[in-house]
Amino acid sequence: MWKWLHPYANPEVSYHFAGKLLPWLSALAALFLSIGLVWALLFAPADYQQGDSFRIFYIHVPAASLSMGIYVGMAIAAFSSLVWQLKLANASAAAMAPIGATFTAIALITGAAWGKPMWGTWWIWDARLTSELILLFLYMGVIALHSAFEDKDLAGKAAGILTLVGVVNIPIIKYSVEWWNTLHQGSTVSKMGKPSMSIDMLWPFLFCFIGFALLVSVIICIRFRTEILARNSIRPWVRDLVNSHVAYNTTFKEHM
Amino acid sequence: MQFDSFSAFINMGGYGFYVWLSFGVSAVLLALLIFSSKSGHQQIIKNIASRQQREDKLRQARELREQNLKT
Repeated sequence: MWKWLHPYANPEVSYHFAGKLLPWLSALAALFLSIGLVWALLFAPADYQQGDSFRIFYIHVPAASLSMGIYVGMAIAAFSSLVWQLKLANASAAAMAPIGATFTAIALITGAAWGKPMWGTWWIWDARLTSELILLFLYMGVIALHSAFEDKDLAGKAAGILTLVGVVNIPIIKYSVEWWNTLHQGSTVSKMGKPSMSIDMLWPFLFCFIGFALLVSVIICIRFRTEILARNSIRPWVRDLVNSHVAYNTTFKEHM
Repeated sequence: MQFDSFSAFINMGGYGFYVWLSFGVSAVLLALLIFSSKSGHQQIIKNIASRQQREDKLRQARELREQNLKT
């Protein structure tokens, strides 16, 4: 397995591999998201209690679970970067942080817009909402630390330690609805055994979820490539790549 | 299809404001993230290119100076 993985520890190979994945992932993400969102908005049935406000669910739940999933991915990358000094792991952790922060913000905002008509309030300091807000602050701290040092390796170490400390928050978010009495409803989709959801609602949800997950992987690829370039700017292959890019752009302008 | 007319679709059974607020804010945030990620990639290439040009110019100037000193 290590022999097979070894070439991907090479920044140049990883850069081009991520570039090759990009068009395929983008096409799949567009396909799943367009099917999922049209289904969720137009064809999924309204909830018998919550009416059409339930359609917020199709963004809120994927965004919230991805905000936690990205954090776990970032923590695994930060751990590998701290323990085995893998520079690419550091690059991928830095690539994931802004994406996770965006999805956390989406989860919080859609949650507020759903809470207002259902609970009568935009915000309440209950366990689920507060721990998700802490997740947003953790992401912001990680982003700030990644950009606080000129030396990317040092920045990665500082951000990695914060990431690993913040992992404590993930089970707190996940089980907050069971550990405390909260206004937030329990999980509907990932209940052990059968999901307590009608099949007409589950299918559009799955399309939305997979679509958002694919979108996350697209943006990770883009940002991962940027981070690789930033960390390898003096390598010959980056020089060649940048030169060919500049040459292409100048010929393009001359022809305009 | 769950809605009889376009206005019913916009109205979302009375929850239109909240539903469209959620979908709108999510779309804007994701569009900003994608745009900033793409432009960040272009920006780093530009930065590396301009740094390289500067270094190349400095090296050329140094070589020229050394040549002049020799002659």
